[in-house]
Amino acid sequence: MLQRLPHLLGIETLTSEQITFFLDQSKPFQEFQRHPLKKLATLRGRTVALAFFEPSTRTRISFSTAASRLGADTMQLQAESSSLKKGESLIDTVRTLEAMRPDSIVMRHSSSGAPAFVAERLGVPVVNAGDGTHEHPTQALLDALTIRDRKGTLEGWNITILGDILHSRVARSNIFLLSKFGARITLCGPAMWLPREVESLAPGLRRTSRTEEALEGADVVMVLRVQTERIHEPALAVEDYILGYQLTAKRLQLARPDALVMHPGPMIRGLEIDPSVADGPQSCVLEQVTNGLAVRMALLYHLVSGAAADAPHPTKE
Amino acid sequence: MLLIKNGRLLDPASKTDAALDVLLDGERIAKVGAHLSAPGADLFDAKGLIVAPGFIDLHCHLREPGQEMSETIETGTRAAARGGFTAVCCMPNTQPVNDSASVTRGIVERAAAAGSVRVWPIGAASMGSKGEALAEIAAMKAAGIVAVSDDGKPVATARLMRQVMDYCNALDLPVMDHCEDPSLFAGGVMREGAQSMRLGLAGIPAQSESICAGRDVEIAGLTGARLHIAHMSTRGALEYVRAAKKQGLRVTSEVTPHHFTLTDEDVRYDTHYKMNPPLASREDRDALIAGLADGSVDAIATDHAPHHPASKDVEFDRAPFGITGFETAVALGLSELVHPGKVSLMRLVELFTTGPARVLGLERKIAPGEPADLTIFSDTHEWTFRAAESASKSHNTPFDGRAFRGAPMATIVAGRIAFRR
Repeated sequence: MLQRLPHLLGIETLTSEQITFFLDQSKPFQEFQRHPLKKLATLRGRTVALAFFEPSTRTRISFSTAASRLGADTMQLQAESSSLKKGESLIDTVRTLEAMRPDSIVMRHSSSGAPAFVAERLGVPVVNAGDGTHEHPTQALLDALTIRDRKGTLEGWNITILGDILHSRVARSNIFLLSKFGARITLCGPAMWLPREVESLAPGLRRTSRTEEALEGADVVMVLRVQTERIHEPALAVEDYILGYQLTAKRLQLARPDALVMHPGPMIRGLEIDPSVADGPQSCVLEQVTNGLAVRMALLYHLVSGAAADAPHPTKE
Repeated sequence: MLLIKNGRLLDPASKTDAALDVLLDGERIAKVGAHLSAPGADLFDAKGLIVAPGFIDLHCHLREPGQEMSETIETGTRAAARGGFTAVCCMPNTQPVNDSASVTRGIVERAAAAGSVRVWPIGAASMGSKGEALAEIAAMKAAGIVAVSDDGKPVATARLMRQVMDYCNALDLPVMDHCEDPSLFAGGVMREGAQSMRLGLAGIPAQSESICAGRDVEIAGLTGARLHIAHMSTRGALEYVRAAKKQGLRVTSEVTPHHFTLTDEDVRYDTHYKMNPPLASREDRDALIAGLADGSVDAIATDHAPHHPASKDVEFDRAPFGITGFETAVALGLSELVHPGKVSLMRLVELFTTGPARVLGLERKIAPGEPADLTIFSDTHEWTFRAAESASKSHNTPFDGRAFRGAPMATIVAGRIAFRR
């Protein structure tokens, strides 16, 4: 039986059994999102600290809602209001949070490895809600859940990830996760965001700067957000990005007819994705958001409740 | 008088490797020979130990003046003595920068008063190391500097480097450069490669160093000046040094113990693995070891860079670069180079003695009349390094808890025992 994880810092070190466990645990929580009364008492009296050292709307609201639907209270720390601006170190800030006795700290930070750094020093479960250009594990879990739902299985698909691979924590986590399930992954983007070293992230990765080639035969197309702050570096003209890498309806035809289109958001219509594709029948963008809640509920339940892995699912209690 | 008996004397200058005793008289070596006796002299029994000329560290940061929270001349030189060094060259990136004779004099005076080993300051090449106007190099030389460098960063432009080299050539001072192309460096925090990709940490390509080394070698050719490539970490830079030496240019280089021991594969989210230049690829590391063995590299230098714990106990990308190095250098040389058979014991001693001395235009040998600076070490002593027991004020090292075979056993500076294990 699966041992309780001390933290969730990344996908890289998880086993496929652990990942499957989380996806299975998320399933009843998916159904639960359709209930009129969306509140459990499972984590009543527990507190989840949300420490977002980098601006975030979607992920923060998702974790906060997940905690609240489990019955937990939240403490929220946002970069804007934090003492970091006053020169306090990260470790002092999180120790202050810890002194208020949360049962878990969900953390987003612009520095790769910051959650691991905190987890090493604190006695509370730490959840990585995105660290720098390293990992975004819950995004990969919710993406996996979405693929498994839509396609019936997670095994063996042709996955194309399109965009700024080098700087994407979503790409890393998805590469780590999907490669554990036999995916054939093609990474595609402008060459300077697709260095040769990306191939070392997992065995058998394919790398191409030609979108048409990357899309051919794809079962899933993951479009990454284009960080406009990066495009303003002396890197690439926006027009060139659109010309070369925008997921258009025409390009999508190169993929399998039942290919899924995914996007972690926030999405800039007309830049990385054509609006007709974003809203089209193959798009699962909004399902991803709903599944994010389910995955985060399953995760918080697992890390915070202390319940044995074979305990009855909280929605069935 | 101090008589060192029963040791194995290793003297690279005379290629001596023999059972010989050394008699010190005051600050000088009085006699070298077999079965010496000196009634009334203090006796140091070096049975089972190696007696070598005093080790020189070409590259360290003593943090005084200005950053005494991290290190002082007193604590730094105590750590240097524990590491077997009899003389250390301290880089000028203090606060204020050592760009004037008055700062140099302050360091020299402080070292004379509180130092356990000799301190040979390195002066800034440019005022404030800002890369604009030349520092008062001749005045600093009169006050005691042995080289110039804007270490921490490269000499800013090729034109400035040309001026610095021309000027230092006339003063017979070596120019030590921290080779880095700032635009390629671009805020990186570790070597670019598979590991930086995996960790999502901003990478610095190896070419950031080699491009600058190439520039410097070209200007050394233009000016004929003495160029020393500091903390060399890449094969690319090493190739430039090799080519320069082959052409007869006066180009030398140093490699740090951490660069011949660790690689970028060792980097994790632990700021004790963050230094500049960053840990290199395995291929580069192996090339550096080959260079240490074949003479392309002239010296092992520590780049001892203390940072007080709070400044290192932060996110990886926000931490300052640098690790301490005095107390582990010799042990790493023995464990990583000599014991695996990559470098001979004599060559290792060269890299700590005649090699760095030559960079500074000095000799280093054990002979009557020479300064009584000796490093006595064991190549078999088993011990474990504990950062907490270090004499340095800072404990930022990736080698805490590492077990070693071989260690400095005594450091003798000007006839006095500065450290004894």
